[in-house]
Amino acid sequence: MADIHKLAQMFKELDDQLVGCMRCGMCQAVCPIFKLSGKETDVTRGKLALLDGLASEMLTDPEGVNEKLNRCLLCGTCQANCPSGVSVMDIFLKARAIMTGYFGLSPAKKAIFRGLLKNPKLFNALTEMGAKFQGVFTKKVDDMLGSSCARFNAPVIGDRHFNTLASKPFRKIVPELDTPAGSSGLRVAFYVGCVFDKIYPQVAEAILKVLKHHGVGVFMPAGQACCGIPALSSGDTDTFDSLVGINVDQFRKGEFDYLVTGCASCTSTIKELWPHMYKGDTSRTYDIGVMARKTMDISQFLVDILKVEPKELTGGQSVTYHDPCHLKNSMGITAQPRAIIKAAGCDLKEMTDAGTCCGCGGSFNIAHYELSKEIGGRKADNIIASKAKVAATSCPACMLQITDMLSQKGADMSVKHVIELYADSL
Amino acid sequence: MTKEAIIKEFENIAGAENVMTGETDRHAYSYDAAVLDSVMPALVVRPQTSEALGAITKLCNDNGLPLTVRGAGTNLSGGTIPHPGGVVVLTNGLNRILEINEEDMYAVVEPGVVTAQFAAEVAKRGLFYPPDPGSQAVSTLGGNVAENAGGLRGLKYGVTKDYVMGMDFWDVNGELVKSGSRTVKCVTGYNLAGLMVASEGTLGVFDKIILKLVPPAQAAKSMMAVFPSMKAASETVASIIANKIVPATLEMMDNFTIRTVENFRGAGLPVDAAALLLIEVDGHPAQVEDEAAVVERICKENGATELKVAKDAAERDAVWQARRDALPALANLKPTCVLEDATVPRSKIPAMIEALEEIAKKLDLTIGTFGHAGDGNLHPTILTDKRDKAEWERVEKGIDMIFDKALSMGGTLSGEHGIGLAKSKYMAQETSKATLAYARRMKSVLDPKGILNPDKIIGAE
Repeated sequence: MADIHKLAQMFKELDDQLVGCMRCGMCQAVCPIFKLSGKETDVTRGKLALLDGLASEMLTDPEGVNEKLNRCLLCGTCQANCPSGVSVMDIFLKARAIMTGYFGLSPAKKAIFRGLLKNPKLFNALTEMGAKFQGVFTKKVDDMLGSSCARFNAPVIGDRHFNTLASKPFRKIVPELDTPAGSSGLRVAFYVGCVFDKIYPQVAEAILKVLKHHGVGVFMPAGQACCGIPALSSGDTDTFDSLVGINVDQFRKGEFDYLVTGCASCTSTIKELWPHMYKGDTSRTYDIGVMARKTMDISQFLVDILKVEPKELTGGQSVTYHDPCHLKNSMGITAQPRAIIKAAGCDLKEMTDAGTCCGCGGSFNIAHYELSKEIGGRKADNIIASKAKVAATSCPACMLQITDMLSQKGADMSVKHVIELYADSL
Repeated sequence: MTKEAIIKEFENIAGAENVMTGETDRHAYSYDAAVLDSVMPALVVRPQTSEALGAITKLCNDNGLPLTVRGAGTNLSGGTIPHPGGVVVLTNGLNRILEINEEDMYAVVEPGVVTAQFAAEVAKRGLFYPPDPGSQAVSTLGGNVAENAGGLRGLKYGVTKDYVMGMDFWDVNGELVKSGSRTVKCVTGYNLAGLMVASEGTLGVFDKIILKLVPPAQAAKSMMAVFPSMKAASETVASIIANKIVPATLEMMDNFTIRTVENFRGAGLPVDAAALLLIEVDGHPAQVEDEAAVVERICKENGATELKVAKDAAERDAVWQARRDALPALANLKPTCVLEDATVPRSKIPAMIEALEEIAKKLDLTIGTFGHAGDGNLHPTILTDKRDKAEWERVEKGIDMIFDKALSMGGTLSGEHGIGLAKSKYMAQETSKATLAYARRMKSVLDPKGILNPDKIIGAE
């Protein structure tokens, strides 16, 4: 472990970014965690002040700062609303990397990131085995939501209601694809993402169905790895670099006009974080840039490129839409998924605060489940109050969280990705 | 009492989960939105009840602990920066709207209620709470009263002090003092509630506030007028008022700010314009039509080269978006942004603008100016990087010069941000030595140990 003076030196590198915060405190109005706790250390201004305090060696408790730093969903709402335009996400990711360099990675994270994520084959094999035996440990709660809970007292699962691993992962259904452009004259690369592969293969199938329907050729290489966001948000830049490397090496084998994903988090990671945060082998830099530029959310691709248009209301099923932070705050994509819901002939019923975080925040959900649940509970209340039959979104992590929250409240509705609604309408 | 025993006492009063003593927690309450050095408090406490608030005040006094009350910490003059080793009392646990009375048009609130949330609740009941400070999305009503916060509607609707009907507050001994009432008229005793307004936490700890509500205007019309000179724009302001029209809002932006906002948003502002006026008239629909027509005529007579009247809500919003963008756009240019609020009589605005330009030139500083032209409250905004020591010295000199100028024109040190730590040194200059002595005598009797937000307004003795 380096000494605290050295740590301060590392944080000084963030000085030019930290100084941009004029401490106006406007982030208090939008932070989901501050809304619950009312504590300055839970809001961005406070966290930036703590980092500044470390950099200027006014503080002697890096462990305390690290703990506060991790009480954040990385939802990016503060950044999207910051009057001074402070790059909060960039600062937080770099700060977490510095902290991880200083404190080391926890043994559990080390096992998961370096042991599993870095080795897609092992990760796949283990989750496959898990899928076979999960019935022993879990029991069904809600058929409509497809949620289950733990049969026995299990520390990590707690009282969560979760979607179990798919009996057949997507890569077993469609291992790889390389089809020529059809009537659209376009060919896209399809980045699947871990959660669709292992938990929601039906969403990945829906994406392929839609692409085929519109005459779009697909390049989908085998051997895809995690996009790296879980590792990066835990400050594990080594694992992040190696995951980006594995993916780029697969995707640069083919030609494509766009790269599409159905996962908001993967989209923003590939588009914004790969080119910005990758520090690995520079021979990949060019391809990373190209991939980032070509990356699009599936709804965005359908609406902006294929010009899919909303239909006149045909009295279809009522759907409410939750904006994933990684689409709304990072990329400003809010209109296209709604257009797709309407294109599917559904009746869009807006909920209150559709654009506020569902409280998942990736590993935040594991480390701070009570907070996560309280934020998610409000989201579920808004979803239920919309009186829609379906809660739709564009991110599998949000789907998991919303399913958990709705299931615990015994809501009579289902959770779907917008692309499933559209695929069903074709 | 030992330090441990005092902490234990705070925990007994407020609950252990509401007392923060760790380094990181204390550091997070060592600053506010003013560009001043931070000061670590010894303890931060977040009472959840009125009784706890009173007991905490007494505990601080009994032990001679300096006490700084803090709402959202958006203070722009350092009023919520604690005293070294002092106690920060957070009010955001005291955030209940206790009553909104539609019949008698008043509301009773706890000090930690967020301004915009309060205004929205009031609006839901068909009433209107006009004070709208720029920080209203997060600032608290207690803070607004303590600073006598203003906003864009000050010209026609007044500022926070015009809405405070009464208040309960804790004195240093933890005794509850009551002043004012729920009636429009009340002359019972000294106007202590009035004394609390703008007292910045130096005379008592606010417990409950009674606020006046008014009916909302039925209609409004907004327009944007472009002027070839600051002089023409400010003569227009004077002429509008001289014609007995009091717009709800009358805002001004200088060329530098216009260009910066345009760079920021790209909404099509006239970048060559020397000045912009953003005007809104409101009231009865017929009156609004009349007044808008007169304002339009006055703008043209005074040489407005362009005049856009918003036709619908979207266009109206676009007009105000330009104004709302002023601060963020300027803040994006440089790391440090010193937002001042020197205020002059309306007629002196052209002279003040000219003076600001001279100061900027003389000291080689970047100053963007926008603000509430209707009430003479300007926001010269100095853009700098505090780490640049040489430039920062010039900034400090510039601030001195700005206040010298404003005061020489019969203006004031602060229109709406308060005096706090930042401007206490200029107090005697605006008032007099006797005034300061009077204030200090009063303070010394009400707060003999000097624990209530020490050093603010009247400075250290």
